[in-house]
Amino acid sequence: MTKFRRIAGALLLLGSLSLFGTEVEVLHWWTSGGEAKAVSELKNELNANGYTWKDFAVAGGNGSNAMTALKSRVMAGNPPAAAQVKGPSIQQWAELGVLANLDDVAKANNWDKLLPKQFQKIFKYKGHYVAVPVNVHKINWMWVNPAVFRKAGAQIPTTWAEFKVAADKIKKAGFIPVAQGGQPWQEATIFESIVLGIGGPTFYQKAMVDLDAKALGSDTMKKSFDTLRMIKSYTDKNAPGRDWNLATAMVYKGKAAMQFMGDWAKGEFSVAGKHVGTDYLAVDVPQTSGSYLFNIDSFIMFKQKDADKTKGQKELAKLILKNKFQTIFNVLKGSVPVIQGVPRAPFDDIALRSMDEINAAAYTHSLLPSLAHQMAVTDAIRGAVFDVITKFWNSDESSSDATKALVNAVQNEK
Amino acid sequence: MMKSKLKYLENSIPKFVVTPTFLIMIIFVYGFIMWNFVLSLTNSKLLPMYNFVGFKQYIELFGSSKWWLALENLFIFSSLFIASCIAIGLLLAIFIDQKIRFEGVFRTIYLYPMALSFIATGTIWQWMLNPGLGLQKFVVEMGFKNFTFDWLVDTKMAIYTIVIAAVWQSTGFVMILLLAGLRGINGEVINAAKIDGASMPKIYWKIIIPQLRPVFFSSIIILLHIAIKTFDLVVVMTKGGPGYSTILPSIFMYQYSFSRNKLAYGASSAMIMLLFVMIFVVPYLYNELRKR
Amino acid sequence: MDVIIKEKNSNKISRILIYLVLSIFAIYFLLPVFVMIITSLKDINEIKNGNILSMPQHFTIQPWIDAWQNARIGASAHGIKPYFINSIMITVPAVLISSIIGSFNGYVFAKWKFKGSDLFFAFLLFGCFIPFQVILLPMSQTLGKLGLSQSVFGLIFVHIVYGISFTSLFFRNFYVSIPTELINAAKIDGAGFFRIFFKILLPVSLPIFMVCIIWQMTQIWNDFLFGVTFSDVSTQPVTVALNNLVNSTSSVKRYNIDMAAALIAVAPTLIAYIVSGKYFVKGLMAGAVK
Repeated sequence: MTKFRRIAGALLLLGSLSLFGTEVEVLHWWTSGGEAKAVSELKNELNANGYTWKDFAVAGGNGSNAMTALKSRVMAGNPPAAAQVKGPSIQQWAELGVLANLDDVAKANNWDKLLPKQFQKIFKYKGHYVAVPVNVHKINWMWVNPAVFRKAGAQIPTTWAEFKVAADKIKKAGFIPVAQGGQPWQEATIFESIVLGIGGPTFYQKAMVDLDAKALGSDTMKKSFDTLRMIKSYTDKNAPGRDWNLATAMVYKGKAAMQFMGDWAKGEFSVAGKHVGTDYLAVDVPQTSGSYLFNIDSFIMFKQKDADKTKGQKELAKLILKNKFQTIFNVLKGSVPVIQGVPRAPFDDIALRSMDEINAAAYTHSLLPSLAHQMAVTDAIRGAVFDVITKFWNSDESSSDATKALVNAVQNEK
Repeated sequence: MMKSKLKYLENSIPKFVVTPTFLIMIIFVYGFIMWNFVLSLTNSKLLPMYNFVGFKQYIELFGSSKWWLALENLFIFSSLFIASCIAIGLLLAIFIDQKIRFEGVFRTIYLYPMALSFIATGTIWQWMLNPGLGLQKFVVEMGFKNFTFDWLVDTKMAIYTIVIAAVWQSTGFVMILLLAGLRGINGEVINAAKIDGASMPKIYWKIIIPQLRPVFFSSIIILLHIAIKTFDLVVVMTKGGPGYSTILPSIFMYQYSFSRNKLAYGASSAMIMLLFVMIFVVPYLYNELRKR
Repeated sequence: MDVIIKEKNSNKISRILIYLVLSIFAIYFLLPVFVMIITSLKDINEIKNGNILSMPQHFTIQPWIDAWQNARIGASAHGIKPYFINSIMITVPAVLISSIIGSFNGYVFAKWKFKGSDLFFAFLLFGCFIPFQVILLPMSQTLGKLGLSQSVFGLIFVHIVYGISFTSLFFRNFYVSIPTELINAAKIDGAGFFRIFFKILLPVSLPIFMVCIIWQMTQIWNDFLFGVTFSDVSTQPVTVALNNLVNSTSSVKRYNIDMAAALIAVAPTLIAYIVSGKYFVKGLMAGAVK
């Protein structure tokens, strides 16, 4: 009898548990390490507010596996409440009419005030909010090992001409000037910073965001390819396929002098016990000072059949843009808050600089979306651009041929 | 009357037994292939849409040098993969068949890679073949300063490293098939040849290997099936790189359908791939059916 | 006399050569897993600073413990254990059901041919070659309509559907080698379809069941594509968890835990091969793939 009671009690408890919080299922690809820890903070926040976070984690291929899983869910007729989707893809999903309107949450929580204008349009479809941004990463960073520069007697460059002088000295001194991971997205990450540096923010906007054929086929673009070729000559030949974090390790171990990578690279340095200012420096990619290439992660929200789920979804959206979560998450992830006015104390120097730069760049129109990180163009066009860059990088194609190929590739996909 | 009805029922049992399978095949293989064909005639991007555009996707596909490279790679990869597996598998099978000691141990060692997925072993392969981390570094540190093994980072050679890892996984299976075949061969013929003074290599070449023909056929089919579906291996080892030099049709299809949101384009590449499979497989099936 | 000695010597040399070749290949086959094992027993600094082929300086089994129950995969930190259990829930029924269906199909194709059965068999074989990327979306839709979306049953169903081509092939080729006279005699004695199967064929089918089970287990346990597409967090198989563990866009990698997790993930199939490898070989020799 007691046994029966215990079982009955357990069953009751189970029943009440599932009644307790409506499940909010979230698809994301932050599955390991600091990223996953950052996500679990969001889970805790949501659960503390009376809902149940249902984790739907799918990693791999920079989100491509997650996209497969997402499409499968939409086809099956039960999309998750929220999914990690960024940049122009948000518009494509919205066009299909499957996304929920978040205007009421946005209004109640003042998103229009909190989010910089340049960011807002990414998350709105026909003027309505359909996505919630989470964080901002800056792309155009150059990570430097100052000891290597000292040993080689080189100066940290701020222009590509200076870069060449420094890189020659470093090479002569027996170091690898540039630590590079030879994967298309890493090659594109360098390339877009070069375009920004050589052409300036207006040119970048025209070529890489508006995809203006004239800009894409211009001499500036050709010069950018020339510069990319020049940088390649300062990488080691084992670069192909190398993950970005192994390239970072080359820098902190003193094998290489520089790496071009977004701000997540600092996590690798700090885990290796290195300190910014003494062991490593973070400076702008040559000639991009004052401009800011951004990469913003965001969640789109799918229309739900169940009204309770819709509520949970809106609660999630609300929590993401609260100061508390913005602080915890971005400290863990190595990014910076997407909203303004978050207390600065918990953040490190690199993050603080990044936050200031967002504010400054926003007024000079040099706050620009990263093409390499899915912020500027659709995935189809981005892929086509990647193909051109990676082909150029991995062959002896001439810059003028690559420029022509770029124009054609973009034209085909438009 | 009753009896003939019963007889009829009894004769129908085999058909009833295979009917579920038949329906499953019609829906989930051939139906889905048809669906895919329909999709390839549309302009679907993120999700299936039925806005037909004719053969536009196919025209674009055949204008793409990347697609041709994918087909070329598949051809290089599958022919080298199949040839190497069979050659090494045959060598090992013949050697193991020489009444050696520890046969079971050797067999298990050769066969076990079959049990592992490349999701699990991919990182290791990437390390071992990477010149800065793996074998090259090890041999150089042993004192052979000029040793180079840098195929993984060489655009022209990277596809061969894929072959190395793929051969590692599948050779054991072929070896077992061939070993099974060898042991099924009648020993009298071989003894007779020995008495006639034929050398062992000659006996193998002239008498034994020709008898293994059916086993070779089965092996080729299984290996071809593995080659065409090769996906994880490339994803974990090279992600299709350097550049896109190691792209294969399966990767191409997945990339365009799911990460580049060109679903219809991906579908058209799948149709062409299936067409190629048909060209290679149907003659074999025809042969197989005629025999029995 | 001279000739015999020469022959003996050459025989000895060829024996040595055989063992040499076999051993060299053994190294090639063993090396990757050897590196995985030693890497999983090192601490992370040793991996980052050392040679991948060097033995661990300070043995540690902590990575194994972390991988099994502590490692963070997604929003919770409970290692790969729960996913391992999902994989068992998927693999066991899918392997058994697809093998049983395959045995009946193979029996029909080998011993109860009817008009068109050969053609059907050819269609079935061609089904082996369908690239699985093609079926992901239509299958999702179908599973959604059947109410099996994201469930263990859905995954089992998919694995059965795309496994029966191979299982039927295996059984058919095995049963073909059993003398038809035996079956005809039984028919004359009045035995029917099922009686013949259970009394004559099934008792000798152990080796081929082993082949089929091992093959299917390898395919299903190691599957990633179906696992990632047709699951949710409560049904994800261990391969998906492993992939989630080792992949990261912006976080620090811990290779020792990755390797330990990979070894745990492949342990069941590996053990199956080692333990039942003998039957596998026997089964193949008995004619699974002729």
